[in-house]
Amino acid sequence: MSITDPLDVFRAESQELLERIEEGLLDLERRPDDGEVIARVFRALHTLKGSGAMFGFDALASFTHHCESAFDRVRKREAAATPRLIEAVLAALDHMRALAQRPDATAEGGEILLTNLRQAMDDEGSTNTHPPSSKTWRIFFSLPTDCLINGTRPLALLDDLRNLGEAEIVAVTSKIPDLAQLTPTECHLAWDVLLASSEPKSAIEDVFLFVISDMVLEIEDVTDRGDTLSTAPPQSDSPAEPEKFETRTTMAAQTVRVPASRLDELLDQVGELMIAQSRLKQASAASADSNLRSVVEEIERLASVLRDSMMFVRMVPISQLFGRFRRLIHDLALETGKQIEFAAEGETTELDKTVIERLADPLIHLIRNAADHGLESAADRLAAGKAQTGRITLSARQVGAEVIITVGDDGRGIDRARVRAKAEELRMITPGAQLSDHDIYQLITKPGFSTAAKISNLSGRGVGMDVVKRTIEGLRGTLELSSTPGAGSLVDLRIPLTLAIIEGLLVRVGDGRYVIPLSCVEECIELSPELDMRSTGRCFVTLRDCLVPLLRLRELFAIENPPDPHQKIVVVSTGAERVGLAVDQILGHHQTVIKPLSRFHTNVEMFSGATILGDGSVALILDVMHLVAEGQKQEGQLRAAG
Amino acid sequence: MSLEQSLEHDATGHLQVLTFDMQGETFAIEAVMVREIIDHMPETNVPTAPEMVSGLANFRGRVIPLADLHHEFGFAAAGKTLHSRVIVIEIVLDGEPTLVGLKADKVHEVTLLELASTENPPRVGMRWRPDFIRCIAKRAGDFIIVPDLERIFATSFETDRSIAQQFTQH
Amino acid sequence: MTAILTVDDSASIRQTIKIALTGAGYEVTGATDGIDGLQHAANARYDLIITDLNMPNMDGLTMIRELRKKPSYTGVPILFLTTESSDTAKQQAKAAGATGWLTKPFDAGSLVRVVQKVLAR
Repeated sequence: MSITDPLDVFRAESQELLERIEEGLLDLERRPDDGEVIARVFRALHTLKGSGAMFGFDALASFTHHCESAFDRVRKREAAATPRLIEAVLAALDHMRALAQRPDATAEGGEILLTNLRQAMDDEGSTNTHPPSSKTWRIFFSLPTDCLINGTRPLALLDDLRNLGEAEIVAVTSKIPDLAQLTPTECHLAWDVLLASSEPKSAIEDVFLFVISDMVLEIEDVTDRGDTLSTAPPQSDSPAEPEKFETRTTMAAQTVRVPASRLDELLDQVGELMIAQSRLKQASAASADSNLRSVVEEIERLASVLRDSMMFVRMVPISQLFGRFRRLIHDLALETGKQIEFAAEGETTELDKTVIERLADPLIHLIRNAADHGLESAADRLAAGKAQTGRITLSARQVGAEVIITVGDDGRGIDRARVRAKAEELRMITPGAQLSDHDIYQLITKPGFSTAAKISNLSGRGVGMDVVKRTIEGLRGTLELSSTPGAGSLVDLRIPLTLAIIEGLLVRVGDGRYVIPLSCVEECIELSPELDMRSTGRCFVTLRDCLVPLLRLRELFAIENPPDPHQKIVVVSTGAERVGLAVDQILGHHQTVIKPLSRFHTNVEMFSGATILGDGSVALILDVMHLVAEGQKQEGQLRAAG
Repeated sequence: MSLEQSLEHDATGHLQVLTFDMQGETFAIEAVMVREIIDHMPETNVPTAPEMVSGLANFRGRVIPLADLHHEFGFAAAGKTLHSRVIVIEIVLDGEPTLVGLKADKVHEVTLLELASTENPPRVGMRWRPDFIRCIAKRAGDFIIVPDLERIFATSFETDRSIAQQFTQH
Repeated sequence: MTAILTVDDSASIRQTIKIALTGAGYEVTGATDGIDGLQHAANARYDLIITDLNMPNMDGLTMIRELRKKPSYTGVPILFLTTESSDTAKQQAKAAGATGWLTKPFDAGSLVRVVQKVLAR
């Protein structure tokens, strides 16, 4: 096993601890008496200080020490977790974060924070010291009878004494009971020792450090007395050491921190294994050797179990992400002067690690939006007959192969008239155009749209809902807005569980094979000659009385050889929008390990990635988002024309 | 850009290269970039991709782009012959180490080019874009062209970008 | 080889202990809390256990008490880690059956010394 740089481990861990502290503090704001939370914060501070000091982050350790002491008192109920204290420690967290970057990190402003903390509660520390000398010592000691059970080794103590200098040792056996009464795990021996040492008395005491408080220990300076050991001759020594076993097995059920890149490598290798396995299966299919075939089947089973476990390893609970938002809400409440309550649900829902990382920014933006645009001021809320405190909810739940994350607020809702007016002003829609509520909400996610009358500190900054939407789509997810005037808004994000593997439909267009993510496929239909005739020259097919944009992939891909006589239409959708994709042949189901495209092909918008098929060849994965958008364009042109 | 600045070479003033042919012209790339030479790689066409990198291939479980420089040097696209090979190289593109398969009509050898025998590309009288060529070496009466791969590949991103822009402006 | 189990919810402390003691020729296994520690202890035989006291799920004191109930861990040295200089923590841990303690922060040298101290050579 390789050992990673402890500094990296420490850094990663300190970030987690800081997050845990922050989360706890924010919980304490609401429940200042919650002993469990107090203990959690204390424990995290305590660990941060301890490991900080061990790794040479002295500034961090000594700074954290003050916060820890404060919480130690809170824990012992000597002080209360007052809002002032919580505020002081929260303010100190960013300082700690800076100090946790490098062992020699310095950061300004620590004194002010500590003064703050001290004002929130007073605290002091203490220290100890020892002096030295050199002589002959007579040492008499006996150990507590249960010392052997508790792991103290008298032999080790005697060794330690010998290490201090020339030692004569005699065991005092007078206290040993009769054999009938003797419990072999109890210690009844005492020792009489004459030690010539230049070490100070404290060094001798240090030998007994762990037992000194419950033993008999007499240390006398006999340098000028010439004492000898009078006690009876040494007997066969102390009771038997506990028996040792020859063999031991070491179970490694511990938690291991692994860089995500290594998981990615592993996943790649599992992907390769799946490919090799499927080639093996093809190659063996022709064989009459049933033995071979059964081994191949076994390998197939093992490989798919391995792949599933691999996927599982990459899953982490979304609580990692939600935890960060508590602080965000806290800060937002301060910045906006609004009263905000935050509720998170479904924090144990798991998602692929990469997905979780990429969700952070969009969610921060959505929460900012909710706090800034969604929620009203306390006065407005009261005037509207609502509770003074606004509420932002964040929930996650798994539905099939997707996780639905919802950001909700109970604010004023989206003002459709205002959105429409703005869109008209921006010439995004023609005045008086017929638009459904859904259409209006979609406008908000279009590039360049922002309804904020004044650019606020929070959600202005030019980053709009369009960026959020793009990021979510980059995760192969979808974003849906809904709103009730006066009662609030909801943003639903549907995110696939993992980025790495998808279920795909393998199709053929010309000589090329392509994968369509199965989660987007609604149905497959035959492009009958009549249907084909009717749709020739047009870009639509009628599907159960609905006009669906039709994209002929052969045309998009500029394929010249003649089409198959029986073309198929794969109807794909992204939530509300549908589009039909005409293909030559549907080849079947394919489990796809997604490989990213290189820099050369990132701008080829029709494909979101590639995958390796069973025969080792590469197939492209269609970007359904983009294709649907293309279909919408056709529809727009048709509407404009008609 | 002088050769000494742009290419790594050993103390004796030699540059280790792999030589290969495109349409009868001999080219050389630094041997350190070369990962592997593959006889045959099934190629997947990427519709709408730039011509130079219109293919993908599976290289040990990784999907890599296949680059055909024939077009860049005014040759007809690389055909498949008994001698054609794919040279898999690792190159830093936009700050990312990237594996690229380079199509060659024929691969010769790993050899040493004497720096003394190399010269910067002449500014005039050349069939090729001068910025695509790092230098030209003379050997046994022949010319060996050392292409500037970073530069060539970068142009593909540029055209790629402008095409993408036109596309979205519609 | 002498087998040591280190029980701590802090990965960095486990890692440091592991590095220091592996370097000194011991075989070190990590566990993340009291429950995990008990499981490890049940599944293998350790010559020494080093544990933190403050841990989630099951704290160090409880784990030490549980270990001492097992015949196979009678007499096996158990060290606990403490940053507190207060004697109460030490007394509590010792009453629970701990052999000794290590005061955090500690460097690799003092860790190895204490380990050698409690393991009879």
